[in-house]
Amino acid sequence: MKPYDSGTGPSMPMPSRRRFVQGLALGGAAAMLGAWNKPSWALTSPGQPTVLSGTEFALDIAETPVNFTGAARLGIAVNGMVPGPLLRWREGTTVTLRVTNRLRTSSSIHWHGLLLPFDMDGVPGISFPSIAPGETFVYRFPVRQNGTYWYHSHSGFEEQTGLYGPLVIDPAGPDPIRAERDYVVMLNDWTDENPESVFAHLKKMGEYYNRGEPTVPDFFADVSKMGLHRALASRKMWNEMRMSPRDLIDVTGATYTYLMNGTPPAGNWTGLFQPGERVRLRFINGSSNSYFDVRIPGLKLTVVAADGQNVEPVDVDEFRIGTAEVYDVIVQPQEDRAYTIFAQSMSRDGYARGTLAPRAGMQAEVPHLDPLPVIAMIDMMGAMAQGHEPSLPPHAGEGGRRPDGGEHNAMHDMTPNGAIRTGQPASTDDMDMHGMPAVHHARTEYGPNVDMRVDMPRTNLDDPGIGLRDNGRRVLTYADLHTVGGSLYPDTPVGREIELHLTGNMHRFIWGFDGLKFSQAKPVHFRYGEHLRLVLVNDTMMTHPIHLHGMWSELESPDEKFQVRKHTISVQPAQRVTYRVKADALGRWAYHCHLLYHMEAGMFREVVVS
Amino acid sequence: MSMQPCRTALWVAVAAAAMVTLPSLAQGTGMPPAHHHQSETQPSAHDSKQAAGGHDAAMPADSSAGHGMHHPAPETTGQLQRLDIGAQIGERPVVRGLGLQPMTGDAMHGMPPMQGGRAPPDARSPDYSDGVGYGSMTGMDMLDDKALGMLLIDRLEYFDGRDSRGASLDAQAWYGNDENKLWLKAEGETGEGRLQDLRTEVLWDRPVATYWDTQLGVRHDFGVGPDRTWAALGVQGLAPYWFHVEVTAYVGQSGRTALRLATEYELLLTQRWILQPRFEANLYGRDDPQRDIGAGLSDAVLGVRLRYEVTRQFAPYVGIDFTRRFAKTADFVRAAGKPVFEPQLVAGVHIWF
Repeated sequence: MKPYDSGTGPSMPMPSRRRFVQGLALGGAAAMLGAWNKPSWALTSPGQPTVLSGTEFALDIAETPVNFTGAARLGIAVNGMVPGPLLRWREGTTVTLRVTNRLRTSSSIHWHGLLLPFDMDGVPGISFPSIAPGETFVYRFPVRQNGTYWYHSHSGFEEQTGLYGPLVIDPAGPDPIRAERDYVVMLNDWTDENPESVFAHLKKMGEYYNRGEPTVPDFFADVSKMGLHRALASRKMWNEMRMSPRDLIDVTGATYTYLMNGTPPAGNWTGLFQPGERVRLRFINGSSNSYFDVRIPGLKLTVVAADGQNVEPVDVDEFRIGTAEVYDVIVQPQEDRAYTIFAQSMSRDGYARGTLAPRAGMQAEVPHLDPLPVIAMIDMMGAMAQGHEPSLPPHAGEGGRRPDGGEHNAMHDMTPNGAIRTGQPASTDDMDMHGMPAVHHARTEYGPNVDMRVDMPRTNLDDPGIGLRDNGRRVLTYADLHTVGGSLYPDTPVGREIELHLTGNMHRFIWGFDGLKFSQAKPVHFRYGEHLRLVLVNDTMMTHPIHLHGMWSELESPDEKFQVRKHTISVQPAQRVTYRVKADALGRWAYHCHLLYHMEAGMFREVVVS
Repeated sequence: MSMQPCRTALWVAVAAAAMVTLPSLAQGTGMPPAHHHQSETQPSAHDSKQAAGGHDAAMPADSSAGHGMHHPAPETTGQLQRLDIGAQIGERPVVRGLGLQPMTGDAMHGMPPMQGGRAPPDARSPDYSDGVGYGSMTGMDMLDDKALGMLLIDRLEYFDGRDSRGASLDAQAWYGNDENKLWLKAEGETGEGRLQDLRTEVLWDRPVATYWDTQLGVRHDFGVGPDRTWAALGVQGLAPYWFHVEVTAYVGQSGRTALRLATEYELLLTQRWILQPRFEANLYGRDDPQRDIGAGLSDAVLGVRLRYEVTRQFAPYVGIDFTRRFAKTADFVRAAGKPVFEPQLVAGVHIWF
């Protein structure tokens, strides 16, 4: 086993995208040097390790010159590297991390997904007052878990500018997951713009980075295909609601360059293998505002862990990884050839890419981007659209580039009396609606901060999500994930429920829970020791990765059975999910959407356990 | 070109814009345009409140829900009522009285019920704090309440008509957070070597609905004739089908009143080539001969601009404006030897920061 066995080597300057074309062989040579391939552009002095292991760490946060696109910029690095060094800990030890802020602004590091004392959690204003310029903060806490995690800044937009890195915790005992090779594959998004400008652009023009809006030619193409009436009808709802069926995510490849282990696609990060070896790939979505759909054409992906927690192995062709999510995957390439690790963004306008190869310098064909999906009726109306297309799978309505007709059908076949519910499941006599949970919109969801509410969300977890439905590949869904060993609290009954709705106004770029931004809301109180159920209803047409600090989120199936233990739960549009939380961690914690721009726009709550 | 077809065309356009704008506005502010076919089964105001409660709703389904004229139907389905909340709140006769139904037909498929409306009386509380407040920790630096500023120069252009040429500006600027903004507007033109007309406004902007803001403040007019000052109250926002709409009422000295209506639409020919029709009309309550303004509909402009977004924030354009003066204003203009109807070619830039 050679995990991270040679993560050292001489640093190389970051070539521009153009120079990368010529410098490819050199890049490949650098890749050969390490299983954890040191980012070749980082200003690491030769010989400086990029894997730091043990229990004592000194981490320096400082600006560093980076160049991912041909434009020189300043990034924020940990120990001179973007991503920061791979930290390798062992379960059962106590780690001490002396983090020094060499920026002119305050900073922080949050250990994503870790169970620790709240004052070690690294969220300014909640865990601690942040690390002032020039100061050193000493994090010290026992390591109570194992698996793949990551760390990142929780201050302003530092995470967008490079302050993130991978974190791998070895189990106290032998690792049940056996592999001959072990690589971290960290996915990130980089923008040459100042992230505060990105945020301001979104506040002033919600669709600023959306260059896939429906156009007049699109309309005429639809008219010729489906006729004027249906073409109009397919746009009717969107136009009346003043929303776009192409608003998948707010920040796109219009400004982002997607990185794999800190390397742009042209740089082709490479992991080596010998045919027949089992290769463990620890995928971390460390991006600020991106969802990735990951596959390795030619290889089955065996998902063995989610968010650091081992799951019953499941074989898939592809998986979607939400912002801040983590999936450990085993692949076993048999052929003596290169395989492309392809991670296309959900907005289908860019990708991160790397290669698994028996030798350095090889590469395989890079797939084309899938067509930009159109948001389906099910993403707007949940079960209302779902229940009336019994002949179709739950994701009816999305059929590729031009599903408008399908969408329209899904709506058209819907009978008004069957489609609409009173809010009390018992009060409906519609067969389709039996067992549907009640939805309770908050009274604060009726103001300017909210642009839609879903009265009948869908609850199924077996939907891979927009853009992945019926794509001919076996795509991972949450319904496939079963944590090994089940719930940590199988015998503790669930007490009360807290229902929160994910809300937003895309036009104003206001995001929140229950129609309230962070600055307008009170903390959410968990009673210490209670076992509660969080009910999230997504009243938006975007997918949100919701992260609770300090405590596990034990996702439930629609019938409230334990499903999978995670730290970040991706909630699809018009979906209702429930998860259990054991409020066993005293203190103040952050609870938020991990899309950085949504969080900054208000989709954030403080949770107090007392 | 002959005058008559132009006049007819303009009037048709004016009427069409009014048809679209007025009910759209009504809907955007939470008023229903009274067009959804489920409105056939819409309960009376009293019933709505019950429906909003949502718990008494297991009434038999009204399978006849379909198309037709609106009439309140007491026998309606609870399910329908639930979905209808957004549409039924604030149902106002004034809207219905206009009989404008721009979105008739199978509006069941429309979504207004998912938007807007008013919270039912038993809506859930968002407060899960159990009385626990925030700590005294410093360092939180969320941006959700931060003030931002924007300068939008919607039109900065050169215009060339039969009898006039010059430059005109239509700009807005704001500063503030989501809840309160200071909003400035300036629209005017120069020609014949002098400032012809300039309307400036200083407004306090507050969001009142998903896509609508109210604006309250003062307006001051410069240009030919004596300056005029007005109190201003308006709404600005995005109507269904993406019409950007501004409607502002003004009350000035000496009992003067005015109403200004402006609407723009953006048609994406491609992601960067955008065709933008625009309509504006001004109405006045009484004559102001010193500024060549007559009571009633004074003037209207219908224009279309084709712009290319070099970037989101910089887009040059060319276009054409048709300006028409009406009634007594037209008399004033005629007396001054100027045309009552005038097409103008325009070329300019659309910029924002």
